[in-house]
Amino acid sequence: MTLAAFTPAAPVRKSWFERLGIGHVLLGAFLLLYPLIASDFFLTTIGGYSMILGMIALSLMLLAGYGGMVSLAQITIAGVAAYVIAIFGENNSNVHGFGWPWWIAAPFGIFLAALFSAMFGWIAVRTEGIYTIMITLAIATASFYFAQQNYTLFNGFPGYSGLRAPEAFGLYWREPRPFYYLCLACAALAYAAVLYGSRSTFGLTLQAIRDNPRRMRAIGYDVTAHKVFAWFLSGLIAGTAGVLLAWFNGRISPGTIAVGPAINILIIAIIGGLRHPIGPFLGAVVVVLMQTFAIDIVGAERFNTLIGLFFLVIVFVSPDGILGLWERFKPSQDRDGWHSRPDGTGV
Amino acid sequence: MSQPGSTDRDPFAPSPGLTRGQGWGVVALFAAALLLWLFFAQWPDWLDAILLSKKAFLSAILNGLTLAGLYFLVASGFTLVFGLMRNVNLAHGSLYLLGAYIGYEVATWSGYWLLGVVAGFVVMAVIGLVMQVLVFRRLEGDDLRQTLVTIGISIVAADLMLAGWTGATYQILVPEWLDGAVKTPFVTAYRSNGAAVFLTYPFYRLVVLLVAIVIGIGLWLMLNRTRIGMMIRAGVDDREMLSASGANVHVIFAFVFALGAGLAGLAGVVGGSALSVAPGEDVRYLLASLVVVIVGGMGSITGAAIGALIIGLAEQIGLVYFPTYGVVLTFVIMVVVLAVRPQGIMGRSL
Amino acid sequence: MSITRRTMLALALATGLVAPSITMAQAETVKIGLLATFEGAFTVLGEDGERGAMTAVDEFGSKAAGMDIEIVKGSSDASPDSAVRAARKLVEQDGVKILVGPLSGDEGIAVKEYAKTQPDVTFINGSSAAQDTTFREPAENFFRFSTDGAQWMAGLGTYAYNDKGYKTVATVAEDYSFPYTQVFGFMAEFCKAGGKVPSKSWVPIGNKDYSSVIAAIPDDVDAIYVALGGADAVNFLSQYQQSGGQAPLIGGSITVDQTVLTSKGKLRDVLIGTPAAGPTADTNDSQAWKDFVEAYKKQPGAFPSPSLFAHAYYIGMKAAILALDEVGGDLSDGGKKYREALAKLSFDTPTGKVSLDANRNAIADIYLTEVTEDADGNLVNKMIQTVQQVNQTLGIDEAEFRALGAVSRDNPSCE
Repeated sequence: MTLAAFTPAAPVRKSWFERLGIGHVLLGAFLLLYPLIASDFFLTTIGGYSMILGMIALSLMLLAGYGGMVSLAQITIAGVAAYVIAIFGENNSNVHGFGWPWWIAAPFGIFLAALFSAMFGWIAVRTEGIYTIMITLAIATASFYFAQQNYTLFNGFPGYSGLRAPEAFGLYWREPRPFYYLCLACAALAYAAVLYGSRSTFGLTLQAIRDNPRRMRAIGYDVTAHKVFAWFLSGLIAGTAGVLLAWFNGRISPGTIAVGPAINILIIAIIGGLRHPIGPFLGAVVVVLMQTFAIDIVGAERFNTLIGLFFLVIVFVSPDGILGLWERFKPSQDRDGWHSRPDGTGV
Repeated sequence: MSQPGSTDRDPFAPSPGLTRGQGWGVVALFAAALLLWLFFAQWPDWLDAILLSKKAFLSAILNGLTLAGLYFLVASGFTLVFGLMRNVNLAHGSLYLLGAYIGYEVATWSGYWLLGVVAGFVVMAVIGLVMQVLVFRRLEGDDLRQTLVTIGISIVAADLMLAGWTGATYQILVPEWLDGAVKTPFVTAYRSNGAAVFLTYPFYRLVVLLVAIVIGIGLWLMLNRTRIGMMIRAGVDDREMLSASGANVHVIFAFVFALGAGLAGLAGVVGGSALSVAPGEDVRYLLASLVVVIVGGMGSITGAAIGALIIGLAEQIGLVYFPTYGVVLTFVIMVVVLAVRPQGIMGRSL
Repeated sequence: MSITRRTMLALALATGLVAPSITMAQAETVKIGLLATFEGAFTVLGEDGERGAMTAVDEFGSKAAGMDIEIVKGSSDASPDSAVRAARKLVEQDGVKILVGPLSGDEGIAVKEYAKTQPDVTFINGSSAAQDTTFREPAENFFRFSTDGAQWMAGLGTYAYNDKGYKTVATVAEDYSFPYTQVFGFMAEFCKAGGKVPSKSWVPIGNKDYSSVIAAIPDDVDAIYVALGGADAVNFLSQYQQSGGQAPLIGGSITVDQTVLTSKGKLRDVLIGTPAAGPTADTNDSQAWKDFVEAYKKQPGAFPSPSLFAHAYYIGMKAAILALDEVGGDLSDGGKKYREALAKLSFDTPTGKVSLDANRNAIADIYLTEVTEDADGNLVNKMIQTVQQVNQTLGIDEAEFRALGAVSRDNPSCE
């Protein structure tokens, strides 16, 4: 049907596949053996945390790279799952804490996060293009302020502490190695799912909608439903990361879902690149390392200037290493520049 | 609904759109009458019980109006730039904050507050011009990349301002002739001896409102009565046509960006005098601009005014009557508008 | 290809190959972690905390028990999560066995929770002053030599009721744990003395427009108790002045500290004469305080007078070093001996004697102050009186105090 629309992208994907056939194996082996050489700190606070942030950035990459919808609310969605863990699981803040076992609380949190994600998506896809970034920023900020001020549900500024990862199969899953492998398993699953999903019928349809929503609508596709479903899927990934984040920190508070962290996710995804699902993880490793060790090297005071400039350079120069956001967006820009937008869908 | 309104405007009555407009007009009239009554009448006890006190209510309304004035000043620049260039300038809040700092420095150094206001406007306009010429012109047509650049700029700017002005709170001193409280004609209570207690209100805040109204009218006149305004409006409608007509699009873009940035700087000085200047204000005013413009409609000055009015009032009323949920009220307004009219109240249909 | 190479490079970095240079410790040094806010809006406060800590380090010639002291800094942005992340890096990566910090209330509670998972590491509070950091569910290895926000209010409620003659007071405070603690401390005494608090306004942090809040304060109160910090305090005070507010004010500890008193604006009219209480007083004329101010001023970028953050970090760091001297720098048994020494520690500070109670919370002097103009026209906190050796339960029997319940918006209440 609309195969013509994909042909430009096809060779890129194919060459990627060729390259990463061996790359995947090497990377997988390395990540599996990583605990043999890494200290506990590098295992969790660098490794595990990078994978968690990478998953949240991956959920953004799914929306932006395949759906053309750049969201700043992904950390908010992860926060939904984390707050579910805190409220329905156990905490020591003496507020709520219904003590649900992890195998109910975690899936419930992920599901609720996906539901919220779909809702945000439904609000955002009513408009298009650059509007999404504004609306999601407004949603993220409003959610942050609300969580900070509401005590009955979110326990306000301090949030919840004393969240414990499950003890199951004879292991405490917050011990460095089990936690690392847990993160690795989730991240690998999400990565593979996105990679596979991008080539599925749904993934191809989504990309076609991104490139030309009007045509897809004309052929009879329900554009809104496809987009909202993409938001739902992205919410599953962000929600899973949110559960891991709650276990990792042992706590959740509004600071985790503030504007800074929300923009941080975008920075991770952009630095890593949105062309391939490996990009967000790459970006997460870079950013986490910078964040952790900046204080020893340049001092923490001007860290934000450093990362901001780094980000600007990447946006401007956008070398090949940044996984080709622009190649994705430029063709569609050139084809239907803003003058031709009043097509019933554009801004 | 439409009947009472349709009597005096017969020629237009057949048009359904106008009837609807008249219906809204009647609603607005009722609201205005109710508000007037609330402002001037002596409140019965049950009303005091519901609304805390007449003083609290009137202050919240007046504060909402003055805050709306401030929001309008910030958001009008944002909406103009977006309307013409499709550039979502997420560094708009940084322009506000930097303008405030510069206004503070100049006003303190020279001793003239007005000079600070002018400096805030001029310096930010120049910076806006430079940003447009050096950065955004290169990325023209690439909405997303432009937006990402503005995010990067806002991060760096916030950090450098923190380095330059530290985390301290600055207050721009307003001159004597703007300072102090004035007595409004609204009676809030009667003393036991029958003497009326009038509501007093900071004079400067009324000035903020006045400045916003004057600038709003000025912008409207410029857009609707001048040649450059005509070109801007043409550009908002169809950029290709505008450049085809021989106008120098880049000059117009640069002018609008400078104007928008300058307005943000001006708002920074005016707002920094009413409230204060501190790190974090950039995000706050960026968010305010976003919500105002989403609600009011992108690219519309009238929309920015309506949006600012709604958000300013909602914020202040929320703060007094349900502080915890105040932010949710703003949020709900935004979601409802998006659900009913995705393009915003005054936005052109998509 | 370049991508794969980059991936590998990044991951090679992540393996820990870059770490040894940081983790290697020289034999004759003792590492102390210093956790404060070196980023975000509280940077200025964090830096002053660091000055205080370094004043203590310099006082001992950078040596503890004959070993060189090596300070490893950790930075948070005042959010509890970032504080835990920074503490985790200091403990798990840099390998510190003693950590001084953090700065703000909820950070303290979060770090205390983290301390429970690191029983071999000793945590000494910086300036965080939430009550529950040590009072409820304390951590065995978390010590606070600075006092908490309720203790800081000692004497103020009684003074307001008896000496100032305020019978009814409205409160305006930010909506989080530290102001709760402060309001609690004030009301505990004020209500006991017979005062009434008919109206409490909890304002979201970072609110900028207080005029509506001010208008909603009842007209018939004798005074307004204000527990706001930094920019929030400046906003409230200047808008209170603009709106022609008449009722006198009572200040929380950080409402009238130097960061607010030195800010430009017309605050002085409403501020002069405001009583407040806290762990320090600007016009304290004891020799120990003057010496401390002199030593503090040698630090780069010092303020004219140390803030209470510098004061608290100074005391925490000094305690850390004194106890190290006591045990001869021996932390080999997982710090057990060291913590016993800390618990028994009692020493003289620039603000009087400090010792710990059973919950490892400080018992120390508190100063009742009043804002006045000094000879140079600067606003300072003039010392009115010293409340000797205030403990965490404010002199109330512990069981009775505990029965009052955790501080919150609605607790305590005396309408």
